Amino acid sequence: MERAVVTDMVVKCLEEILQQDGQTPERPIDATAQLIGQDSLLDSLGLVRLIADVEQRLHAEHEILVTLADERAMSQKNSPFRSVSALADYICLLAEEQHGHARA
Amino acid sequence: MPEREVVLITGTRKGIGRYLAEHFVRKGALVEGCSRQLPDWNLENYEHHIVDVTSEDQVRSMIAAIKKRHGRLDVVINNAGVASMNHVLLTPVETAARIMDTNFRGSFLVCRESAKLMQRRHYGRIINMSSVAVPLRLAGEAVYAAAKSAVTTFTQILARELADFGITCNVVSPSPIDTDLIRGVPREKIEELLKQLAIRRKGTCKDVANVIDFFAHPDSGYVTGQVIYLGGA
Repeated sequence: MERAVVTDMVVKCLEEILQQDGQTPERPIDATAQLIGQDSLLDSLGLVRLIADVEQRLHAEHEILVTLADERAMSQKNSPFRSVSALADYICLLAEEQHGHARA
Repeated sequence: MPEREVVLITGTRKGIGRYLAEHFVRKGALVEGCSRQLPDWNLENYEHHIVDVTSEDQVRSMIAAIKKRHGRLDVVINNAGVASMNHVLLTPVETAARIMDTNFRGSFLVCRESAKLMQRRHYGRIINMSSVAVPLRLAGEAVYAAAKSAVTTFTQILARELADFGITCNVVSPSPIDTDLIRGVPREKIEELLKQLAIRRKGTCKDVANVIDFFAHPDSGYVTGQVIYLGGA
């Protein structure tokens, strides 16, 4: 999976959630957008929704069935949910592993 | 014309699950069901999945298939369960693990994956099955009651976590019902249990469906985290 495609998908999901919540970001959302911490655009519930939406879109648009909040993600020193960019990297990793399993 | 409800029921091959599948189809719902083996019956507006509810991959694939077919999920009934009656000192650890897995882990996985789909429409009704074995604390049912107790507590907390998503979570705790689940339980044990109920008779699938109808109703949006014990346990 191309990283740019994944990033774009995460950004779209994030924009949708902010729109549903009536929030207008100060600047356009891109890969640097923070998902947790002080500068996050989302509250904790928003992050839960984002992860659920991204999982479903991954399956609907790319036939990739993954659980993003898996044991590995939750135990990493640097959370894959800290930013759009980090989440996109993690999705690409999982997609590559799934593709590898499918090939094996 | 209102949209037809999409209802997922686990453990539909026989017993209460089958009854509920037929019940919801009669009410006009589009029903999805699952079990580890194919049922020997079929029904219009009913779709069966061969799924072991303890498998994360299989549960995920089932919910993905439901999303693909209907685009949504309105009601989930976690009915799949196993029981084994035995003295704790004579209970193999594998049996204890199997009872915990099917009753708790299975309910957890189906709830988690279903809620991901339900939250998109900000609507959902989750109904989990526990048992009167929890409050009655019957000797011989320690592991089964512990597993069902876990389901009850999990559901009550889930209710709080999912309230912001418009999803309600409730528990139905049936008294003994004539199904395969209690076939191996000695008659005197059942009699002993019935004596502890306010209404001293076995329950029926209809009794269970009645409570589920209430929890599943669109107007029950303000009812969550509740447990109803049948028979007055």
